[in-house]
Amino acid sequence: MTKLPTWADLVLVPLISLLLAAVISGLVILAIGEDPVNAAKVMVTGALGSPYGWGYTLYYTTSFIFSGLAVTVAYHAGQFNIGGEGQAQIGGLGVALVCLALPWPHWTLALPAAMIGAAAFGAAWAAIPAYLQAKRGSHIVITTIMFNYIAAALIIYLLVGVLKPAGQMDPATARFPAGAALPTFKDIPILNAVFSSNTPANVTFFVAVAACVVVWALLWRTRLGYQIRAFGKSEPAAIYAGISPFRMIMVSMLISGGLAGLMAINNVMGEAERLLQNSAEGAGFIGIAVALMGRNHPFGVFLAALLFGFLYQGGAELGLWTTIPIELRLLVQGLVILFTGALDTMVRMMLGVFFRTRVKGAA
Amino acid sequence: MDYATLLQILDTTVRFATPLLLACLAGLYSERAGIFDIGLEGKMLMAGMSAGAVAALTGSVWLGLIAAIAGSLLFSIVHGLASITFRGNQLISGVALNFVASGATVLVAQSLFRQGGRTPPLSGAARFNPIELPFAEAARAIPGIGPFYTEVVSGHSILVYAALAAVPLTWWALYRTRFGLRLRAVGENPESVDTAGVSVVRLRYTAVMITGALCGMAGAYMATGLQAGFGKEMTAGRGYIALAALIFAKWRPWYALGATMLFGFFQALALRPDVIKGTIGIDIPVPALDALPYILTVIVLAGFVGRAIPPRAGGIPYVKER
Repeated sequence: MTKLPTWADLVLVPLISLLLAAVISGLVILAIGEDPVNAAKVMVTGALGSPYGWGYTLYYTTSFIFSGLAVTVAYHAGQFNIGGEGQAQIGGLGVALVCLALPWPHWTLALPAAMIGAAAFGAAWAAIPAYLQAKRGSHIVITTIMFNYIAAALIIYLLVGVLKPAGQMDPATARFPAGAALPTFKDIPILNAVFSSNTPANVTFFVAVAACVVVWALLWRTRLGYQIRAFGKSEPAAIYAGISPFRMIMVSMLISGGLAGLMAINNVMGEAERLLQNSAEGAGFIGIAVALMGRNHPFGVFLAALLFGFLYQGGAELGLWTTIPIELRLLVQGLVILFTGALDTMVRMMLGVFFRTRVKGAA
Repeated sequence: MDYATLLQILDTTVRFATPLLLACLAGLYSERAGIFDIGLEGKMLMAGMSAGAVAALTGSVWLGLIAAIAGSLLFSIVHGLASITFRGNQLISGVALNFVASGATVLVAQSLFRQGGRTPPLSGAARFNPIELPFAEAARAIPGIGPFYTEVVSGHSILVYAALAAVPLTWWALYRTRFGLRLRAVGENPESVDTAGVSVVRLRYTAVMITGALCGMAGAYMATGLQAGFGKEMTAGRGYIALAALIFAKWRPWYALGATMLFGFFQALALRPDVIKGTIGIDIPVPALDALPYILTVIVLAGFVGRAIPPRAGGIPYVKER
């Protein structure tokens, strides 16, 4: 197999994968008797054609950045954290407990406190699988899957019983105090010139962008990041260099769980303003697709999160304006994960043929 | 709890355990051959939709079963391509296929029937109906064992008995045939199988296909036996519970029967919180029962109660030459 140039590996492989996923989705749309061109139009107009659409797209993007970064950090330590969904739900619990604990006077005070709550709870939920992997050798993929289900059961238990205010019917916590409400784009000066309608995109978006920078700096500009990456590349070499595997697994998974938990400040604090069942709504799983598509680099994660934000908002619009079910986005999501994460060798082989002939032509 | 209630719960246990058992045995073949399969859930979902749709369209549950197996096999082929031929990440492939299944099933069911992603309710020959075993009514008179035979053993659909028969069959195939020996070897040490002149690729594809067929049966049972039609996300994590049962069973067929029956029992109990309260006097919350299979699996995985050691070559693509 021809080795691809770095730029092709970084840029072309995800793009071709995306193209393949788009083509197959288009064929599926054709097969169920719908018009793929019209579907694409509806998606683009609905997600990117208006400030209202952008408001939703960027709201989804925010969540996906966090879950994508969570997968990324774990990936660099050689761990596949599939438990972002559960960690985000438990992160939501942390947010809810913080927001309901005090009558917050202003969001600038509530946000840092809620962030700590979200990250701490998310990290704690990742800590048990991480410990079991590091000390007992239990496969982290399986344990994090199990913990997703345990998290869901725990949240349901708490929302039906302990956390539900008296007299309320639906399983949810009480509404957060008004002082804990995060400003949406409509409330932020300058931005409100564009975003005049009510959309869920909120100040968390900037926290997410900052998180991208922090994760990049952590992984490529600190000693700890170097150790994490070295451990992920080769465990024996890392041990020889005096890096403790236990510490690396724990630290990377704690950061990963913390990032997944932080997602909750977007959807729980920024949007729902109370903790509901299934608060993460699958966004934790999308982190897998986002990280794979973004080649496990924070900048790539940002772009991929934007793409999936578009896909999610566009998919919702499809459900509204056409007869194509909203579940199309699950199909696209699955196909992107399949081509970028599992069939990437196939994509590389296809590209390899192209590059081989090109090199021959040049010589 | 009186005897009649116990029998009722055990009867539900068998029903709930059947799809788990089929999916668990499905995973057993694949994982024993060294191919991890997180995609049991997706295959079951795909099979459930295919079975529900074809049974509704043709009125024949057997055609539905064939469609279910075909739909599930389609996913097996993709998983095989990704994890055997192209040596991709098996875990990611499984995760991806689960999402593809979640999306594709609703899309297809919606375009066929326009009922919000469900297939129409099935009845008569379009369903697997209960089979009365011989002497079921006569046996009722025998105290103790008689009602057990009538209520719990008899009166299930053919797929339930097929699933139960698959346990000794799998044991025999795995431990008493040449195929089984090779299958286990390819999951532990593929080099040795290759050196012996047996094709690793072919063995692994065979295993993945058996997985597909069994998942097809599991899905068909969900849509045409346990329930009367396919509904959106109807497997509701059963593929993952089966995966948990497989680990709990330490990748062994008879243990798989025990594990899936236990997990089926939890699911049956979760339907009857009144019985739990009446029997042990404590109110166990339903979510706790729902989470129990997962918690038990984590405990087993952690090695606190007997160690679960997966097949050694599991998850590692086989490269013939370097």
